[in-house]
Amino acid sequence: MRVALAFLVSMAASVGFIGAYQLDAGTQWLALSLSIALGSLGAGLAWWSRRLMPQESSEEARPTLAPPPEEERETAETFEAGRRGIRRRGLLGGLLAAAVGALGLGTVWPARSLGPPPSSGFRQTGWREGVHLIDETGRRIGIDTLDFGGVVTVFPEGRDPAADDQVVLMRIPLEDLDLPEGRANWTPDGYVAFSKVCTHAGCPVGLYQDVGYLLLCPCHQATFDVVQGAVPVFGPAPRELPQLPLRADRDGLLLAAGDFSGPVGPDRWRLGEVKDGDA
Amino acid sequence: MTDHTTTPIGRLAQWIDQRVGAAKFTRSTLDYVFPKHFSFLFGEIALYSFVVLVGTGIFLALFYTPSEAEVIYAGTYDPLRGVAMTEAYESVVDLSFSVRAGLLFRQTHHWAAIIFLGAIFLHLCRVFFTGAFRRPRELNWITGVTLMVVAIAEGFAGYSLLDDLLSGTGVRIAYSIAESIPVVGTWLAYWIWGGEYPGEGFLSRLFAVHIFLLPAVIAALIGVHLFLVARPHHTQFAGPGKREDNVVGLRLWPSYATLSVGLFFLVAAVLNLMGGFLQINPVWLYGPYDVFVVSSGSQADWYFLWLQGALRLMPGVSLELGPYTVANQFFPAVLYPGVVFALLYLWPFLEARVTGDRGEHHLLDRPRDRPLRTALGAAAIAGFVVLLLAGSDDVFVTTFDWSIVPVRNVERVLFFVLPVLVGLGVWKAARDLSRADPPDRRSAAPASTEPTPADAPAGSSGVAADAVAYRRHEVRHGDSGPTTLVGAIAAVGAAVAVGSLVRRGLRDRSH
Ligand code: HEM
Ligand code: FES
Repeated sequence: MRVALAFLVSMAASVGFIGAYQLDAGTQWLALSLSIALGSLGAGLAWWSRRLMPQESSEEARPTLAPPPEEERETAETFEAGRRGIRRRGLLGGLLAAAVGALGLGTVWPARSLGPPPSSGFRQTGWREGVHLIDETGRRIGIDTLDFGGVVTVFPEGRDPAADDQVVLMRIPLEDLDLPEGRANWTPDGYVAFSKVCTHAGCPVGLYQDVGYLLLCPCHQATFDVVQGAVPVFGPAPRELPQLPLRADRDGLLLAAGDFSGPVGPDRWRLGEVKDGDA
Repeated sequence: MTDHTTTPIGRLAQWIDQRVGAAKFTRSTLDYVFPKHFSFLFGEIALYSFVVLVGTGIFLALFYTPSEAEVIYAGTYDPLRGVAMTEAYESVVDLSFSVRAGLLFRQTHHWAAIIFLGAIFLHLCRVFFTGAFRRPRELNWITGVTLMVVAIAEGFAGYSLLDDLLSGTGVRIAYSIAESIPVVGTWLAYWIWGGEYPGEGFLSRLFAVHIFLLPAVIAALIGVHLFLVARPHHTQFAGPGKREDNVVGLRLWPSYATLSVGLFFLVAAVLNLMGGFLQINPVWLYGPYDVFVVSSGSQADWYFLWLQGALRLMPGVSLELGPYTVANQFFPAVLYPGVVFALLYLWPFLEARVTGDRGEHHLLDRPRDRPLRTALGAAAIAGFVVLLLAGSDDVFVTTFDWSIVPVRNVERVLFFVLPVLVGLGVWKAARDLSRADPPDRRSAAPASTEPTPADAPAGSSGVAADAVAYRRHEVRHGDSGPTTLVGAIAAVGAAVAVGSLVRRGLRDRSH
C-alpha cells in the first residue's frame, strides 16, 4: 500500500517536473518536483524491500582465495613446461623487450608538444629602463597621480600586460621610507613600486594598508612591510617583493629606471640562476 | 533446449546465457550475501554520487565551452553586462541563467562532488578503524586510496573549468605548486599549462581531463574495487553465527538489490534537493578571472581546503641548495600530502609489520579493541581538522575582527599539539571501553588473557548474557533499515548544508 502510493507519488512528481520545465517555473520548482520523484521512488523501493521481501539473515560460505599448494605448483609447472618449449627465448625475449621499450618511448615522445622547453634562467617582464608606467585604462602615471597614502596597480607601457608585469605603486612620504641601501633614488617624490606577484604562490598582492604601510596577500595572508623594502613580516612568503626602481622625466611622468631588484614571482627550483642572471 | 522460464525477460536472459554461459556466475551473484551495518553504506553513497556526477556532468558538458577567447558579456544577467570575460566563464553564466534546469544541474553536480568525496572519506575511515584493510584486502585498500586521490584531482579540475575569480586564483597557486617540485617542476608546469603561466589552451586540456580522462580512470578503478570486494566477500562484525569463514546478512536477490537501488534514488533525491535549494559556487558574484585581481575570503571546497590551510601554516622559509631552491610551497603542498598519502598507501603493510599479524581477517575489529590504531587515526583526523580551520581562518578573522597573527600562531601550535592530545585521549578511551567489555566480545584476534574487572564470572550465565548483549548490539548498530539509510544520507546532507550556510553567512558578514 505504502509502496504503491510512493510509486504513484513519484509518477505524479515526474509529471510535475515536466510541467515545471515547460512553465519555466524556476530552479526551486524543478528541484522540488524532481527530488520528490526520485525520493519517493527510492523510499518505495526501500519499503518494498523491507516489508515485502525476505528479511531473514542468510549465511554464505566465504570462498578461500589462496589456492591449495598443489594447485599452485601445477599452475607454475604448466607455465614452466610451456616456457621450456620456447626456443631461443633468451635472445629473442631480450630483443622483444627492447623493441617494445623503444616503441613505447617513441609513442610518448610527442608528449613534448605539450609545452615548449622552459626558457632558461631569468624571467623577462615588460619592465626595463625607460618604460612608462600606465594604469589599467592605459593612462600614463605622473608625479601628481597619487596623494600620499594612495595606491594603484600599474603596467609597463607598450605591450599587452603579462601576468608577471603587474606592479603595485604607492606614494609614501620620503621620511617614512627605510629602504635597503642603494635604493635611495628609486623613489621620486615618494613613489615606490613593487612587483604585485606574491613571492609565495603568485597571487596578486592586492590589499594595502596605508596605516603602517603593509601589503597583504589575500591568498595565504603573507604580509609585506613596504617601507623596509617589502620584506615579509608575516605568513608563508619566503622573500621580499622585488622593487622596481623609478624615476620621473621632465614632464613629470613616471618611468622605470631599470629592471626589478630580484626575481619576480614564487620560488622555484632554478631561482638561483635567476638571481645570478640578475646580478 | 529446455525452457525454464516463460516470461519475456527470462527468455531473453536464457537466450544470452546460452551464448555466454553466465548462469553459474549469475546465480552466485544473486545469492551474494551483504552484511547489515550502517557503516557499509558510505561506499555505496560514494558510488551513487558518482553516477549522479556522470549524469549531471554530461548535461553540463553539452553547454560548457572550454575557451579562453575573450568576449564582452551581453547576456541576461545584468550586473555583468559589458564585462570582458572568457567564453568559458560566459558559458557557465549562461548555463546558470539562460539554460532551463542548467543551474539545477550545475549546483547538483557541485554538491554531488562534495558528497562524493565526503562519502569516500567516511568510507575510508570505516575501513581504517575496523581493520578491513588487512589481508587479503590490501590490494583493495590501495585501489581505494588511489580512487580518492584521483577524485580529488577530478574535483579540482572541474572547479577550475569555470574560470571565475576564485578558481582562476586556485589555478595560479596550482601552477606555483607544480613549479616548486625540485628538478622537474618547471618542465612539468610548462607541459601542463603549455608554457609559462597562464599558458596556452589550458582550459581545453583541463576539459578533456575532467570529462574524459579522469572519469574513465575513476570508472575503471571502481570496477576493480568492486571486483576486489566481491572476491573475498564483504567483511563483517563479529556476532552470533558470524565467523571468519562465512558471511551473514541479506541476500542480493531480491531484498538487498531492491534496497540498494532505492538508496540510489534517495541519494539522487538528496543531491538534487541540495542542488536546487542550497546555492553553491555562485560564480556570477565572483566575476571573471583576471590575473591582476584577487578577492579575499575565497574558500576552496573542503577536499582541497586542507591544502590551502597547509600552505598558510608554513612559515616563510625555503631551502637553498647552492644555486637551486626548494620552494616554500613545496613543503606544505607536495611533501606533506606526499607523506600523508604514502603512509595511507603503506598502512596495511606497516601495521602488519608492527603487529606481526599477517593472517587473513574477515571479521572486523571494533575500534576500541585496537587502541593504538584508533588513536593514530584520530590524531591524523585532528591534524586534518586544524588544516581545514587554517584554510578558512581569514573568514572568521574578518568576521570577528581579530588579528590574523595570533590566530595563525595558535593554529601552528595546534597542528602539532592537538593530534597528540586527541591521540592520547582516544587511546585511553578505547582501552577503557575495551576493558569494560566482557572478554569474548572483544574482536582482538589473540584472545586476550588479561583479567579485567568486568570479566564475567566463569560459568553458566555467560552464553545467555552474551546473546542478549549481541542482540542489543544488533539493535543499536546492525540494522540497515530504511530509517538508518535515510538517516545516514540526511545526516551527511544536513551537516554539509549547515556547514555551507554558516560559511556563507560568515562570508556575507565579512564583506
Ligand atoms: C568524480 C567525478 C566528478 C567530480 C568530482 C566533478 C567535480 C566537478 C566540480 C566540483 C565542478 C565545478 C562545479 C560548479 O561549481 O559549477 C565541475 C564542473 C564540471 N563538470 Fe564535473 N565532476 C565529475 C565528473 C564529471 C563528468 C563525468 C563530466 C562530464 C561527462 C563532468 C562535466 C563537468 C563540466 C562540463 C563542468 C563545468 C561546467 C559547470 O560546472 O558549469 N564532470 N565538476
Ligand atoms: S600567494 Fe600570497 S600568500 Fe600565498
